[in-house]
Amino acid sequence: MSKVSMVLNGKAVSADVEDRTLLVSFIREVRQLTGTHVGCDTSQCGACVVHVDGKAVKSCTMLAAQADGAEVLTIEGLAGDSGLHPIQAAFREHHGLQCGFCTPGMVMSALDMINRHGPGNLDEQTIRHELEGNICRCTGYHNIVKAIKAASDQMAGMAQAAE
Amino acid sequence: MYETNYHRAGSVADAVRMLTEAEDGKFLAGGQTLLPTMKQRLAAPSDLVDITKIPDMKGIREEGNQIVIGAATPHAEVAASALVKSRLPGLATLAGGIGDPAVRHMGTIGGSIANNDPAADYPAALVGLGASVTTSKRTLAAEDFFIGMFDTALDEDEIVISVAFPAAEKSAYAKYPNPASRYAMAGVFVARHADGSVRVAVTGAGQSGVFRVDGMEDALAANWSPEAVAEMSLDSSNMLHDVHGSARYRANLVTVMAKRAVAAAG
Amino acid sequence: MAVEGIGARALRKEDKRFLTGKGRYTDDMVAPGMGFAAFVRSPHAHARIKGIDTSAALAMPGVDAVLTGDQLVGDGIGNLICGWMIHSKDGTPMKMGGWRALEPEIVRYVGQAVAVVIADTLGQARDAADVVVVDYEELPAVIDAVAAMGPDAPQIHPEAEDNLIFDWEIGDDAAVNAAFEKAAHVTRLNIRNNRLAPNPMEPRAALADYDSAEEHYTLHTTSQNPHVARLVLSAFYNVAPEHKLRVIAPDVGGGFGTKIYVYPEEMVCLWASKRAGRPVKWVCDRTEAFLTDAHGRDHQSEAELALDADKKIIGLRVKTVANIGAYMSLFSSAVPTYLYATLLSGQYDIPAIHANVKAVYTNTTPVDAYRGAGRPEATYLIERLMETAAREVGLSPAEFRRRNFVRTFPHQTPVIMCYDAGDYDATLDAALKAADYDGFAARKADAAARGKLRGIGISCYIEACGIAPSAAVGSLGAGVGLWESAEVRVNPIGTIEVLTGSHSHGQGHETTFSQLVCERFGLDTDSVAIVHGDTDKVQFGMGTYGSRSGAVGMSAVVKALDKVEAKAKKIAAHLMEASEGDIQIEGGELKVAGTDKKLSFTEVALAAYTAHNLPEGMEPGLKEGAFYDPTNFTFPAGTYVCEVEVDPETGKTEIVNFVAADDFGKVINPMIVEGQVHGGLVQGIGQALLENVTYDDNGQLLTASFMDYAMPRADDVPFFNLSTHETLCPGNPLGIKGCGEAGAIGSPPAVINAITDAIGSNDLTMPAKPEKVWALYHSSMKEAAE
Repeated sequence: MSKVSMVLNGKAVSADVEDRTLLVSFIREVRQLTGTHVGCDTSQCGACVVHVDGKAVKSCTMLAAQADGAEVLTIEGLAGDSGLHPIQAAFREHHGLQCGFCTPGMVMSALDMINRHGPGNLDEQTIRHELEGNICRCTGYHNIVKAIKAASDQMAGMAQAAE
Repeated sequence: MYETNYHRAGSVADAVRMLTEAEDGKFLAGGQTLLPTMKQRLAAPSDLVDITKIPDMKGIREEGNQIVIGAATPHAEVAASALVKSRLPGLATLAGGIGDPAVRHMGTIGGSIANNDPAADYPAALVGLGASVTTSKRTLAAEDFFIGMFDTALDEDEIVISVAFPAAEKSAYAKYPNPASRYAMAGVFVARHADGSVRVAVTGAGQSGVFRVDGMEDALAANWSPEAVAEMSLDSSNMLHDVHGSARYRANLVTVMAKRAVAAAG
Repeated sequence: MAVEGIGARALRKEDKRFLTGKGRYTDDMVAPGMGFAAFVRSPHAHARIKGIDTSAALAMPGVDAVLTGDQLVGDGIGNLICGWMIHSKDGTPMKMGGWRALEPEIVRYVGQAVAVVIADTLGQARDAADVVVVDYEELPAVIDAVAAMGPDAPQIHPEAEDNLIFDWEIGDDAAVNAAFEKAAHVTRLNIRNNRLAPNPMEPRAALADYDSAEEHYTLHTTSQNPHVARLVLSAFYNVAPEHKLRVIAPDVGGGFGTKIYVYPEEMVCLWASKRAGRPVKWVCDRTEAFLTDAHGRDHQSEAELALDADKKIIGLRVKTVANIGAYMSLFSSAVPTYLYATLLSGQYDIPAIHANVKAVYTNTTPVDAYRGAGRPEATYLIERLMETAAREVGLSPAEFRRRNFVRTFPHQTPVIMCYDAGDYDATLDAALKAADYDGFAARKADAAARGKLRGIGISCYIEACGIAPSAAVGSLGAGVGLWESAEVRVNPIGTIEVLTGSHSHGQGHETTFSQLVCERFGLDTDSVAIVHGDTDKVQFGMGTYGSRSGAVGMSAVVKALDKVEAKAKKIAAHLMEASEGDIQIEGGELKVAGTDKKLSFTEVALAAYTAHNLPEGMEPGLKEGAFYDPTNFTFPAGTYVCEVEVDPETGKTEIVNFVAADDFGKVINPMIVEGQVHGGLVQGIGQALLENVTYDDNGQLLTASFMDYAMPRADDVPFFNLSTHETLCPGNPLGIKGCGEAGAIGSPPAVINAITDAIGSNDLTMPAKPEKVWALYHSSMKEAAE
């Protein structure tokens, strides 16, 4: 058992957990934030993607102890108290989700790719390639790609307006 | 996953001590292969020594004619490095194609080469560029470092500290991914050095991990062009054969990827 | 909030919770004091259990119980069932072997559960499961269905000699023989329909909670049909009587057929929660899902098509061997028979058809319905034959199909189905136009200049949805009725709850079912709530599969709405002293035609509940239920055109264009329908290019994770070009045909027809893995050169 402390969605949290506890278990079971999902055992599906210190990681392939001292962002912390983040809004607008199970990971991966490439700098091919680590069985990806492109472009517009 | 004890090392000496004290310890260098293996209960280390937070093992720097990459540097950082992109574009391409974006944020070069998965990408770059591996005990040439499938020259308590890549005149990597895992079914790293020597290193296809293709190296040294290797058919007797592809098909992929890598290198 | 009725692209009501991490899936549920289950599974494909030693496991920390099949049988828990009786052509009933949720004697596939551990934490349960010692005596195993019927194959169940479950036929053998005797041309193909793993992204899960004071069970589980699950658990598995068992299927992360069935694990969790005296949670991991979720497809067929001199089809003969796996899953017998062979006529006027289907046990995971279920197998067979025949007789594949289309309705096929409505020329024309079929030659030349092999392929599919009516399916062997129920509850202030037996696990019912109410009463969507997935709330329902929720589930809602509307109008007429026939409903108000008299829907609802002034003899309240049993199947149909480029150096196929022109009848929400098609197409493309469940000769599953089973990713597929072309289904009040499976049914042959066109060789099996395509192309080049 070790004490693990982190800033989770802006809030300092800590708990004593078995060292084998995965980050996703810490988030889901210890902190009861169940928006982050587990869809495979081998790090392919991406349903568990969260951000650790601003970067997308697979929380099923990281120990909670590895995130000790880090800032962790999950789907629950993405938008403010009300409303939707532009990426979440775009997924809704473009019907980029059906059963919703892969959705939190998709949204967190989308945010990561927009952060890395810069808003407005994503084309279809780049988005499809960037989604290599996220599997969806419902949507055929068509509307997910459209949603991410729309969100990226909209966020570029927002960034421009803010300047 | 079986229960284990997690330790975070602050220095190389720290890490070696923690491992030595452990009953059956393993270094955790990103964990993108080790943790899934532990989750499937195929590995059960008593202790995990996290070496990714050791300052000496991080970062990318130029030393003379070499690019030195700290062993705890994640793939994403190598792929995005302006220095790597300008001096060793093939290495940047390779790092940017490992796993997926989230895996690249966690997985490290040291972890990848210490595991020496026969389908991993980095071994091709190390052998292709004639890199040297500095460990907590010594410095080894890449070809002496990789012994065979999942096997390296590392002792149990030996840590990879950094990898030094001689800057090449031209370099490129072309990979044909397994459609399921996206690991390499055949990944070919080609490099031409300032002295005119050429290396062709192949990962994913060989039964014993990374290997060089002498015939292609000779042909490319004489004529650096895709056509020089395009018609070359390789002996498939030492190639991997599995549910994803036969040895014969992998041999073909090696030729095609070599051709494409040379074309990409320009 | 606007009124979004039938046909509106209404955004989904359910999205906000899914997008913000507030979805509530089974694994998100927590019960006080719950323990965790871990199953001990067979590592052998076929073995006799000589003994199970649980003592070490019982001594492990946190362990409450280690339970085996002997205890399960001892407690009177029943065998798993197959709910559809098929009779062989000799009149004998299918030969079904017993299937216990925990096997005490002989394991028959790798992954079969033999024991379960209940412990405080999942880690402890798995640690203990690892030390349960099972003494196996290995037996020979057989994986291939044809080999399983052979003389050297091991006997898997004593009930089924030669592992043959049934030898069934449909159609007129003599008429087909006569057709082939006079045929001007015969096209023959051996066809394999590859085995698939459904892989909804949410793995199966169960949280079972036994209340010893009430002797009552609650099961949260990943089900497409909680009422059917309760019925089966109660009537056949003897877990608990229906009124002592509540089944809740909360948010469910995809189904595709795999969550229709009641599996051993869910049943064991219920039983174990009583045995262990605590709630029990089990969540499947992905490898367990590959091993135990019912697989799909796995047919081997010989198909022959007879043509006359005018290149019109005069006969079709099909012999199919269906691999059922080690046990008969819930609907496994219906899939390769009534869901398959009845669709072999395709969109074509074929006067004589005969099909023989042999269903065979093997030492593999049980096979059952997966998106399309039988219809993809039929469509693949007929559409590969059509394309091949067209090439052989020198007609354009489009022209050959057009020459043989059914054009008058109703059309009775020789294999039971009576097609009620359709316009196959319309969808073919639309698809060819959207695909610029005529411009293909130029694109092929351009690709060749770039070193690529370009090909184009067509598939004209038909399917049957909304399996019904109940009396008809009953006569064919179904163990259940296939109607649906609904209840419309108007609350006193005029908000409405619709309780439906359909279940949404991605289909967006909360939105589309609301649209029916909005359309009817002119209310905004926020006034409506859809309730589903809970046997305590909804009286009964048959659930969601087979693209039935629109055609059947919505029809039940419409019938209930009719009753509510009629009563509301009676109340309004009474209150406004008007004639009932003059009441019109518009914009949330009940108006007297030709006057300015009106009442809001809320006022009428309130009047119904205050009951201060109702028509003489009327009961208070405004709540109506309905059961709807359709008169026929529905027949969605369409044309898909796939265009590919093959890299001759690697054999890798890229889909460069994909057009789908569908006739789904009435479309309630085009956005959601398009999403269903997109998803279906990618599952079909996955089958055609990537996916293949593979066993070694000993029955070890080689594709037991996403590392080895290739799931379609975003970079494997393009954007799709979709259109819909409506002919209304005459069999239900809205004219809906259904859209959930079409994409997965129609796309595989379009892809394979395109690749075979590109490489000039027809001998291609699914999945068209690059190595296969590469080898085939180069051997055909070599042959051509010789």
